[in-house]
Formats: sequence, structure tokens, C-alpha cells
Amino acid sequence: MAGITGKDAVLTDYANRLATLEAPKGRSLTQDALRRLSNNKAAVVSIVVLALIVIIAFVGPYFVPWTYSQVDWTAIRKPPDFDKGHFFGTDQNGRDMLARVLQGTQMSLIVAGVATVVSVAIGVVYGAVAGYFGGRVDAVMMRIVDIMYALPYILFVIILVVMFGRNPVLLFVGIGAIEWLTMARIVRGQTLTLKEKEFVEAARAGGAKPWTIITRHIVPNLTGPVVIYATLTVPEIIIAESFLSYLGLGVQEPQTSLGTLISFGAPVAEVLPWMLMAPAGVLITMLLCLTYIGDGLRDALDPKDR
Amino acid sequence: MLGYALRRVLSAIPIALIAVSVCFFILRLAPGGPFDGERALPPLVLANLRAHYSLDQPLVVQYFIYIWRLLHGDLGPSMVIEGFSVSRLIAIGFPFTLTLALTAFVIATAIGLLAGMVAAVNQNKWPDYVLVLAVMIGVIIPNFLMAALLQLWFGVHLGWFPAGGWVTGSWMHLVLPVTVLAWPHAARISRLMRGSMIEILGTNYVRTARSKGLGERLVLARHAIKPALIPVVSYLGPGLSYLLTGSLAVEQIFGLPGIGKYFVTAALNRDYGIVLGTTILYMFIILALNLIVDLVYAWLDPKVRYR
Repeated sequence: MAGITGKDAVLTDYANRLATLEAPKGRSLTQDALRRLSNNKAAVVSIVVLALIVIIAFVGPYFVPWTYSQVDWTAIRKPPDFDKGHFFGTDQNGRDMLARVLQGTQMSLIVAGVATVVSVAIGVVYGAVAGYFGGRVDAVMMRIVDIMYALPYILFVIILVVMFGRNPVLLFVGIGAIEWLTMARIVRGQTLTLKEKEFVEAARAGGAKPWTIITRHIVPNLTGPVVIYATLTVPEIIIAESFLSYLGLGVQEPQTSLGTLISFGAPVAEVLPWMLMAPAGVLITMLLCLTYIGDGLRDALDPKDR
Repeated sequence: MLGYALRRVLSAIPIALIAVSVCFFILRLAPGGPFDGERALPPLVLANLRAHYSLDQPLVVQYFIYIWRLLHGDLGPSMVIEGFSVSRLIAIGFPFTLTLALTAFVIATAIGLLAGMVAAVNQNKWPDYVLVLAVMIGVIIPNFLMAALLQLWFGVHLGWFPAGGWVTGSWMHLVLPVTVLAWPHAARISRLMRGSMIEILGTNYVRTARSKGLGERLVLARHAIKPALIPVVSYLGPGLSYLLTGSLAVEQIFGLPGIGKYFVTAALNRDYGIVLGTTILYMFIILALNLIVDLVYAWLDPKVRYR
């Protein structure tokens, strides 16, 4: 019996078309976000460029005739020389700049990656727990964040690195351990609204334990802001790492990082410009790409914010 | 309002105390000490030195000695530079750092506000594009690289300004450091100002003001600028503390006699006194700035007071 409004006919028709796969497909939120992202030209170009930089940094060293610590005694402080395979020239010790820039980029990327993972992991768990339990737990946990905010960040990293030795692992952990604060605040704020939603109520009524609710129901719903903020954290970490290296507190010779290369290149840039140009160029390109990707992701995942 | 202010000030005290303790224990638990030189000191000298700075006491006793002194406004002696107290060092270095940071702060805020307004009024015309470019440069290029580039171009190549160093009373030496410090701050301020100004210019009351025949200049001056300032005001506190810590780096790079130079050297020498003293000083400044921002906010927005 067809209804007066003809709703049943429409639904039946739709069901039939679904069965023959003619119906328009629904789009998930992720698909929507990806579509919006792919319409953003600056973001797409940035993703491609950044992917190229990552691939070249990790694969490139196998195709470069020199290694980053190898000394070429016949070419010390020489401009780019294509016959010898010094495409970016050499430094004061006769080491190939291209190989060193590749190694430095690798180091900066690894530090940024590990520190971001550390800061995201701590920040998400901390923020979600504080937000979910609320009340006194929340007050105490957020007070701790306030205290850590009051510590002057860069001084703190310098102290950590100086006191515990120049260990790259410590560099990752030290930077990551400080960058999580903002993440924790963002996650807590989101959790406070999420935990009042019906699906969390339903899970609680179904007898799920707090930890299950946090990991299964709350954290997955935080993906948007977490991804956006993590992308914005990466350039900050790269800058922090290269600044520490610039002060001579980062990775140790013969290994290098973009900051170390810039600190060696800057004083001699008047006579040996290639020593500053290559690392500075890579660093700026990377930071530029990351900024555009972050902006693009924010527009794609959080359209109301535009 | 008074009650809120009192509550807020009182709650800052335990935070400051805990933060001081965290710094103290992290520094002391780290391996190495101020007297681990290249050449090992004779054991008797070392023991006397340690006794002199009460490093031979249990850590907890040292902690209470330190806190007791701190409460009397004494930051203790430097352990590496002989006969030099931390307070004296701060008295020498900090005024310079403060001058540098405040100069950059005032200049950057003024430029940032003006640029943000001009860009918002000329949205999607050339002043806007120029601003977007300048903001991008300011936010992306790290300060040490910016310093190197400016030193090279204006210091060495064109020779307009000295590339580094310090001569007392010479403002020429401050031009490049202040630029490096101020650019990112101005960039952030102008971005905030542009965003909020565009939003305000789209509101109904601005349309009303325009439709009753006010000139564009009057609309801006009487109706748009004041509300647009609110998000910028909330950034000023964190911005200033950012500039104060950033100035450590800039001093190091340009060889200026602020506190930053001493801090890095002291950290490398494990001079507990100076490192702890400087960190605590910065911490108090940041806490005070946060407190001021909160109070200003509570004054602007009564809802905050009762949270």
C-alpha cells in the first residue's frame, strides 16, 4: 500500500537502484576531507614537494658518489664541480655538501617525526584522561600543564641537552616532552564536549570501562584536531632542533643536521655562499610545505573554521 | 573582581613554588657538576669547594637552603665565575635583554596592528598580498637563519648596519637584532588583526554605521578598530614572553651583552647558580604576564570571573 506522500515509492525505487548499483554513493567524512584537500592547489603541491624531499633524503645518499663523512683532499672549499661529483660544492674539510645536506635533512626529519609522535602520544592520552574524568583529576592534571607552561621552553631544552649529554635520542624525547602541552589542552577541550555525547552515554550504559571508552570512542573522534595540530607541530620541532644544533647542542660530528650546516655556513657565506644556500634552501622549503599542508588540512578537516 | 584577582594571585604562588622545585631537582639530578674541569682538581680543594657551596649536604638540605635564600631575594653565588653573585649577573645582563625585547615588542606591535588593518581594508588587493608574503617570511624563516641572512645582506654586503657586536649607546647595533626579533611577532599580530578586522567589517553594526552615511575613516575609527583588538590583546602576553626567550637566541647570535650569552655559557659549564637563577627569573616573568593577561580578561569579560 503506497503512502499518501509517496515516500514508500521513493524508498523502494532507491532500494532497487541500490541493488543494481546505480544509486549515488554516500561520501564519508574522510572522503569529503580528501576531496577538499585535493582542491587546494598549494597543499597538493606542498605534499608532493615534501614527499620528494623525504624520498630524496633517505634514498639519495645511495646515488651520491660521496658519503657525508668522506674527505676529498683534492677539493677543499670548492664551488659546485660536476666532473668530480660535488654537485653542491664542498666544505672547509673537503666533504661533499650534497651528501651532507642529504644526511642533515634526514636527521631533521627523523627528529621531527619521533618528537611529533612522542608529543602526540603523550598529549592525546593526557588530555583525553583529564577531560574524560573531569573534576579533581582534571584540575590537578591541568595545573601540572600550567606549571610546565611557565617553564621557559627553550631554556629547558638547553638544560636537558647540556645536562644529559648530546644524545640524539634525548633530543627527540626532550623536544617531544615539551611540545605535548598545547596538544593536551586541545584534546582536553574536545574531550569535554565529546563525553557528553549520546554515543559515549550509550557505551557507558553498555558497561564499557573508562579506558575502553577513551580508546574506542573518544580518541578516534579526536582525529581531526589532532592531525591538524600535529602538522603544525612538525615545523616547530624542526626549528627547535635546528636552533639547538645551531648553538652546537644538537647532533655531533661527523653527523650533521640542517641547523648545524647553517651554523657552519653562515659565517663563511660571503666567500663560500654554497655552504649556506643549500641547507637554508632545503630548510625553508620544508617549513613552507609543512605550513601549507597544515593550513590545507585545517581547511579540509574543519570547514566551519574557514 | 577583587576576589577573583586575589584568588588568581594566590593560586599562582604554589605554581611558582612547584616550578622552582622542578627546575632545582632536574638540574641537580643530572650527571656532572660545575667543578668537572679538563684538569681534575685535587681532592681536598674539591671537597672544600663543595663544602663552600654546600654541595656536600644532602640534596633535600640543599633544596631548603636554596628556597630559604630565594625567599630572601638571594639567588646565590655563581659557581664558576669567582666572586660573582647570580643577582649581580642578572642586574648586569637583564636590563639589556629587557630593553631589546621591549623595543622589539613595541615596534612589532605597532607595525603589526597597522599592517593588519591596512590589509583587512584592502582585502585581496596588493597591500594584502604584500602582507601575506611578509607574514609568511616572518613565520617560516627561523630566527637564526633570518639573522644570518640579514647580517650578510645589510651588515656585510651593503654595510648599512654593523653585523654584530655592541658599542654602548649605539642604536645602529640594535637595528638588525631588533628586526630579527620583531619580524615574527609583527607577522603574528598582523595576521590576528587582519582576521578579526575582516570579521568585524562584515558585522551588522558596521553595515549600519556605513548606511547611516558615516565615512569609511569614521567607521573604522569609531566602530571597527576597538572590537577587532580583543584577540590581539590576548596574544600580547604570550607574545612578550616569546620575545624575552627569543632574545636569548638573538643575543647569542649577534654577540650582545644580554643575559642570553651568560645563560648558554653557564649551562655548558654546569653553573647551577646562574642556570637556575635565570630560569627562575624567566618563569616568574611568564607567570606574571599570564596573571596580567588573565586579570585584563576578567576585567573585559565578567563571565570569566565566576568560572
